Amino acid sequence: MTKWRPNRQLEVYLFLLPNALGFIVFVLFPVVFALGISLTNWNLSQSIFEKLPPFVGLSNYLNLFTGSSSTLFRQVAGNMVFYVLSIVPLQTMIALLIALALNQKLRGMKGFRLIYYMPVVTTIVAGALAFQLMFDRNNGLVNAPLWSLAETFHIAIRPPDWLSSSMWSKPAVVILTLWKNIGFTIIIFLAGLQSIPQDLQEAAAIDGASRRQRFFNITLPLLSPTTFFVLVILVIGAFQLFDEAFVMTRGGPANSSLTAVMAIYNTAFGAAPRMGLASAMSWVLFIVIFIFTVLQQRLQKRWVYYETTDG
Amino acid sequence: MASKILNVPAPANSTSATLARPPRTGAAVGIYLLLSLGAIAMLLPFFWMLSTSLKLPSEVFTYPPQWLPKTLQWHNYADAWTALPFNLFYRNSLIVAIIGTFFDALTASLAAFAFSRLRFPGRDKIFLLYLAALMIPQQVTLIPSFIIIRYLGLYNTYGALILPGIFSAFSMFLLRQFYRSIPNELDEAARMDGASSLRIWLQIVLPLGAPALSAVVIFSFLGKWNAFLWPLMVTRTMDMRTLPVGLSMFQGQYNTQWHLLMAAAILTLAPALLVYIIGQKWIVQAVNLSGGGAR
Repeated sequence: MTKWRPNRQLEVYLFLLPNALGFIVFVLFPVVFALGISLTNWNLSQSIFEKLPPFVGLSNYLNLFTGSSSTLFRQVAGNMVFYVLSIVPLQTMIALLIALALNQKLRGMKGFRLIYYMPVVTTIVAGALAFQLMFDRNNGLVNAPLWSLAETFHIAIRPPDWLSSSMWSKPAVVILTLWKNIGFTIIIFLAGLQSIPQDLQEAAAIDGASRRQRFFNITLPLLSPTTFFVLVILVIGAFQLFDEAFVMTRGGPANSSLTAVMAIYNTAFGAAPRMGLASAMSWVLFIVIFIFTVLQQRLQKRWVYYETTDG
Repeated sequence: MASKILNVPAPANSTSATLARPPRTGAAVGIYLLLSLGAIAMLLPFFWMLSTSLKLPSEVFTYPPQWLPKTLQWHNYADAWTALPFNLFYRNSLIVAIIGTFFDALTASLAAFAFSRLRFPGRDKIFLLYLAALMIPQQVTLIPSFIIIRYLGLYNTYGALILPGIFSAFSMFLLRQFYRSIPNELDEAARMDGASSLRIWLQIVLPLGAPALSAVVIFSFLGKWNAFLWPLMVTRTMDMRTLPVGLSMFQGQYNTQWHLLMAAAILTLAPALLVYIIGQKWIVQAVNLSGGGAR
């Protein structure tokens, strides 16, 4: 029995429809919608069917840069710079180190891998609460040994106040974030390491290359696509930081650990919801992330080494 | 960008960035030391959670910190369970995670099938659109999605919790990559025997794509179980909260009762941890398949 063409077309759409429908409703449309909202001054009390929210043009955006929200904006921007510059390099380097170690032909590596990935699958709220306890400035697990060290050696320096200090709240969030996410980065590096061909290493060894030389001249370059992928993902992830900061510090003290997404959340759902401003903030964040990603793409040519044939 | 990674299924155990023989004893010791230190750092918070959850309130903040409480206060778990409606939280999380994962895998698999095996106009362009969507940060869609949910009258309902998660670009992408490696000859043979696309999907692609599908199922389940921001936004009453959100409410109310808080935390993360330990073979496989990106 021959199939009619119309039937075949219909079939395709049926297969695609569920997934595509959700995609359009919850991804495509919202993105455009968000742009529209950001140009208005909307607090949810008005129903959109009764009256369209007041159109305020670009004033939400101006607000961020020069208006009443600009101090907050600057503070959040400063926080994000700290977050990105500390999380991305630290996580990349530590994960690479651990991945290299895990890649060795030794026993028990599977068990270690299991352990390193455990924090990743842990509910963030649980982890953040545990760290909140551990960061207690007097008796927390982190400071207690530091206190006793200070006593035994009669050092007058006191351990940091962590969550109650505006200077140390960000590092505390960074530590939590590293703990939570490093397993994921490790696994990616492992996958990358395992796709590097054996023969190059052996040929180099035969020619007398030392471990160090092999690492810097073979492993690292061949790993660079993976490293690039990791860097892109980590930068995007760092900019989107929310859960860790929200649960552990609520952005405090005095907004010192406030992240961009938290600020958006507070603006949209806080005491005086301002959807328009929040939308504008999320678009600014999106543009920043986009610029960084494009920059990384461009720089890729300079340091990422792609083999034309699969190795 | 990540195309090199995406198309290389890593062989299960070959360690090829280093030589095929194990390192010398000296180096091996150093490696084990490093890994053990790191492992301790990873596990420490879990043990501390466990330890605190079995303490009396007076034992929580002792100096120096005590690892083992004098007597194990198992009743803390019962107390935590009843202090807040954990039975509701568990129920909601289970419903959301199980139903969401099922439909996520279903729609993703159907769409992946279409993208990898059926030919239709604009196929590649639409796929590119999906890819682009993967790069859109969550916050941009957050607020509009919230507003859409409100206008659909779904605020504070299961619909709000489940619906957005059903259409995952990531799941579809992972499956499509895998389905591409299933030979087309099987399809052709089946079609010559008169099989419809649906049967091919059901009886050929689905079974053969089982490894990728199980990875999608596990990732999806874990993601939905642990989701925090979205459920926080779309639920308002206690009876609709999921576990992570409920736990953070717990933090608000009982924030000085750490022994209960930690018990509640353990109750929250235990199922996810269990699913992970059981399914971790597939997770590692999935990461190898996709080059990462488990979000």
